[in-house]
Amino acid sequence: MSKIFEIPLYPYQRSADQDAATPVRHPVVVVGAGPVGLALAIDLAMQDVPVVVLDENDKVSRGSRAICFAKRPLEILDRLGCGDPMVDKGVIWNLGKVYFDERQVFGFNLLPEQGHKRPAFINLQQYYLEQYLVERVRELQAEGKPIELRGGSKVLNVAQDDSGAELTIGTPEGPYQIKADWVVACDGAASPIRTLLGLDFTGRVFEDNFLIADVVMEAKFPTERWFWFDPPFNRGQSALLHKQPDNVWRIDFQLGWDIDREKELKPENIDKRLKAMLGEEISYELEWSSIYTFQCRRMERFCEGRVIFAGDSAHQVSPFGARGANSGLQDADNLAWKLKLIIDGKSPPTLLNSYNAERVHGAQENILNSSRSTDFITPKSDISRIFRDAVLDLSERYEATGPMVNSGRLSVPCTYDGSQLNGPDCDQMPERTRPGSPMVDAPVPAGWLLDQLGSAFHLMTIDADAPDTAGVDGVELKRLTLSSTDDADGYLRQRYLGDANAAVYLIRPDQHVAARWDHYDEAAVKAALLKAIGR
Amino acid sequence: MAELNTRANIKVPDEFYAELLTVHEGLSKAESDALNARLILLLANHIGDRQVLSEALQAAALKE
Repeated sequence: MSKIFEIPLYPYQRSADQDAATPVRHPVVVVGAGPVGLALAIDLAMQDVPVVVLDENDKVSRGSRAICFAKRPLEILDRLGCGDPMVDKGVIWNLGKVYFDERQVFGFNLLPEQGHKRPAFINLQQYYLEQYLVERVRELQAEGKPIELRGGSKVLNVAQDDSGAELTIGTPEGPYQIKADWVVACDGAASPIRTLLGLDFTGRVFEDNFLIADVVMEAKFPTERWFWFDPPFNRGQSALLHKQPDNVWRIDFQLGWDIDREKELKPENIDKRLKAMLGEEISYELEWSSIYTFQCRRMERFCEGRVIFAGDSAHQVSPFGARGANSGLQDADNLAWKLKLIIDGKSPPTLLNSYNAERVHGAQENILNSSRSTDFITPKSDISRIFRDAVLDLSERYEATGPMVNSGRLSVPCTYDGSQLNGPDCDQMPERTRPGSPMVDAPVPAGWLLDQLGSAFHLMTIDADAPDTAGVDGVELKRLTLSSTDDADGYLRQRYLGDANAAVYLIRPDQHVAARWDHYDEAAVKAALLKAIGR
Repeated sequence: MAELNTRANIKVPDEFYAELLTVHEGLSKAESDALNARLILLLANHIGDRQVLSEALQAAALKE
């Protein structure tokens, strides 16, 4: 049986653009049909912004790659209509165990907070996410939404001026040109677009190699994340075991810096490692293996004229902490509504400065966390190793140092504190939902809070009067009316009201809080809405 | 706001100093380094106060 990543899902087809006398102009061209590019294109198409996605391949990515998806990206995928298949197929896990040598020294429980539609984390192969996104593209096309996915289409050149960009696209039938008002480069860590434009991508290189082996096996291990420091089967290095759907297990061996890549990738050498780890008697099928190195780096700016970067093309982190695909999806979430407002002429192009500021902030947070994890996992000096081992040794006996054990700090969404789009705060309300924060889900009479929001600006009121529809200069503001009398379990009180008697929240299309008050004031709401759209 | 106490604070300091050397007796350099690291982490956790810890780190680095 062929694997999903062996089937061409969007094979090259001749486009009418190739026969046009002059290059056809498109509002948005997305380069790269990975998770970030597809999510962005779906978001735009759902809001009727015509979008063309280009990719030099025609299949979902080979191998599991990103496997951990956190709650916030799942909520974004819900908004895009892809959350259910992800969570239905994914493996939900909460427990992690950390071993040092042969001893378990630490355990953690993600202890998912109650009152959320989505779990804290699921594990799922990246190719499934991409498959669900491609299926969603097909669904939108069937509904007549303006989204095109062009496989076998490699960007050979990009040129731009103040009004737009021109792309040269290579195909099996030769090259052609198109124009775009906006180009979004979602073309991965090695971004050809970034290279074509000669832009920087600087940061810290970590001198280490990791071997990924995805094996299919019937194993009795529980659905937990197991991490080893200095285990007998990989002395001086680390290892990770993590479950994916279909009995696929992700096994990750740290190899060190001076290695022979070809030798390490030979199936017989991988077999030796797996047997040393899991026992001589195991039987398995090797689905995918790869050796990776990593860097923690980012572009200085994510926008360069008419070309915008999102996902790995803009920033790269170590894999510890599941911050790659998760943060890329948050880039797309942040960018789509802003592009729509600009294309519709409702916001000035300077609104993109907020995309740059907010997502650079997110990337910095991820780089900081993932660099710290990496320094713990692969100590760079003798003293760094001495302290690391001291933390692990103590953690076996005392709770005191457990919180310092860092085998990856798992991705949490970032709060855009200090964003130029943020309006007034109300200090009686909970800190976690302050302006800039992602909305926190909660049960409401109609189901789940986040499902009520969709992709428009909302005015959420709790026990407060407000008009049912408002808005300013053609930007619609929908009302979501909630009442504390429907809040039997106290989630709205805990997450939104705090000590206030009533609440009015201005919510952005990406479900981040823009401003909040304890009563409705038309002038204040209008001013905050104008600020949130960059006017 | 707590401040790092850099005045003498241990009763019978000679006794503490002797005890500090005693736990290191017979240890290799690597074992002693490991013990010191564990000691620092336990004491740091006991203190807890981030400002005091930062002041102690700076004071121990003999920086002004």
